[in-house]
Amino acid sequence: MAADAGQHSTFHGIGVSAGIAVGPLVVVTPAPTAPADEAPTTDAAAASALVHGVLDDVAKGLEARAAVAGDHAKPILEAGAMMARDPGLAMGIDNHLQAGKGATNAVTAAVEEICTMFESLGGYMAERVTDLRDVRDRAVARLLGQPEPGVPTLTAPSILAAQDLAPAETATLTTDTCLGIITAAGGPTSHTAILASQLGIPAVVQATGILGVAAGTTVAIDGGVGEITVNPTADEVTMLEERKKRRAAALAGGTGKGATKDGYPVALLANIGTADDAQKAAKQAVEGVGLFRTEFLFLDRDTMPTVAEQTATYTAVFEAFGDRRIVVRTLDAGADKPLKFADLGPEENPALGRRGIRLGMIRTEVMDAQLEALAAAYKATGADVRVMAPMIATQAEAMWFAAKVRALGLPKVGIMIEVPAAAIRSKGILYHVDFASLGTNDLQQYTMAADRMQGELAELLNPWEPALLDVIALACEGGAAMGKPVGVCGEAGGDPALALVLTGLGVSSLSMAPGKVPAVRTSLGLHTLERCQQMAAAARAATNAAEAKAAVLSIADPVLSDLL
Amino acid sequence: MATRHVSIASSVGLHARPASLFVQAATATGLPVTIAKEGGNPVDARSILMVMALGAKHGETVTLVADGEGADAALDSLVELLSRDLDAE
Repeated sequence: MAADAGQHSTFHGIGVSAGIAVGPLVVVTPAPTAPADEAPTTDAAAASALVHGVLDDVAKGLEARAAVAGDHAKPILEAGAMMARDPGLAMGIDNHLQAGKGATNAVTAAVEEICTMFESLGGYMAERVTDLRDVRDRAVARLLGQPEPGVPTLTAPSILAAQDLAPAETATLTTDTCLGIITAAGGPTSHTAILASQLGIPAVVQATGILGVAAGTTVAIDGGVGEITVNPTADEVTMLEERKKRRAAALAGGTGKGATKDGYPVALLANIGTADDAQKAAKQAVEGVGLFRTEFLFLDRDTMPTVAEQTATYTAVFEAFGDRRIVVRTLDAGADKPLKFADLGPEENPALGRRGIRLGMIRTEVMDAQLEALAAAYKATGADVRVMAPMIATQAEAMWFAAKVRALGLPKVGIMIEVPAAAIRSKGILYHVDFASLGTNDLQQYTMAADRMQGELAELLNPWEPALLDVIALACEGGAAMGKPVGVCGEAGGDPALALVLTGLGVSSLSMAPGKVPAVRTSLGLHTLERCQQMAAAARAATNAAEAKAAVLSIADPVLSDLL
Repeated sequence: MATRHVSIASSVGLHARPASLFVQAATATGLPVTIAKEGGNPVDARSILMVMALGAKHGETVTLVADGEGADAALDSLVELLSRDLDAE
């Protein structure tokens, strides 16, 4: 490799969204804070005019972005503009200026006062503080003569680099100008990773070196293997372009049902979260939905959605998929995703608290209304509906849920396996239900006792971790003993190499972001069931995640490396 | 000085969309309108942030005050607005 004296370098992060891109780097600037040694205000009237002018500029900037933004981002940006022009905020700032605070400190103090009020109201209002602080950051940056923080407007196709990206920051990204995403923080299940794979934008997280690279530098990113090349040589770019072409060619292979080379069927399904997702996913070559998250109907609400409203939404989703299967997960809320109308109060360890089925068994009215609506939508459409409950740990919970679902005439009932206890004793639990689906993200967090939201623990959260594969194998053994299908609906199912291991372990369906289905389909079609089983054995025999992956790739078809 | 008392009809209370509609209507009057909960300090009704922070719930009574030409008519229109279930519309 021809090294380009001093400037050329290569480093690695964790690849979270496959694909290759080359382009100029755009760096997301961090938000400045109000300087502690800022000069006090002596002329309050002049300072007030200055701050109001700056807030007006912030509002104009947000409005300009809203004008060209998509349906999702538009209201977020418009709400920000309205906050920047708010007379109540202006009055709060003026009070601090009159008391002698410098401009940036006055803005910060006034915003924090409103944030405190909002946070005390909780729920929907507490979430608005993010938008309000975004307005503050923009105003403070302008007052300091700096560019506004956050994602700049991308005018040319670029690769975005940031410490991490907030939901509001990613809301405006589109595939025509954002070629790739690199973050220094974040993990494989972070917001950035999920969004990037949904949009099909190559992405690498945990790439700590990226913040040392200057804006405008040409960077090549391989989101499959997590490799970043700074100032790539012409040869390297050619090599990556060829890989990109080979990848496209490999993906062009068919839209049929998922199966191994020797015809062993593995259903390829989509993960969806809204009725909108359902419309989009239904148009793609997927065999149905393996995970319909129903939370969107419940979160951010003051009152429970009515049975009629829920029925209408479920009916629309079921209709979109015709006779293809739809696996619905009942409400998965808890202390970290609190419901305003069924809040059980704060908990010390939300991930280990009263969430999922545990909340459902306390707030039975919420569970009952949801099941009633699902049953009505099933009767209206006759769709292949399968209902499952999250966070099952015991046979008693599975029995309780199955009895409720069956009493309503719903045809199939299942459970999520996210708790190691359920994986270890899946045989007994599967006695009571028709199927199980492995939520690998939570199953890994609980197996490794590592918070999945904490980027620093990414190493413990590598889905190739042999301990996780052992737990999945136990779950599949129970399924095989009972003759009941066990699927996967976590991120692991969308990895073209790991999908082979899961198939080898005995998983019969894989559900993923719809954009990941073509690569997994191609990968399955290149390998026999026997080879998948060999891969599963090799991965489980490894001493760590990296070894497990290497062992699998060493016996895989060479084309697989183009899919990663 | 015109004053009106009205009970919030919106089922979600005075936030989100109902708050936004109310603030737009208050701004459109061109008058300095204030809104207060019982026993609370009046806040600027043209400020979405202040109105949302008020946290007025369904069924709670609020007091509207305005001064200037057309204040009575302006407050009547705002009372009419708050008496409807804005969230259901």
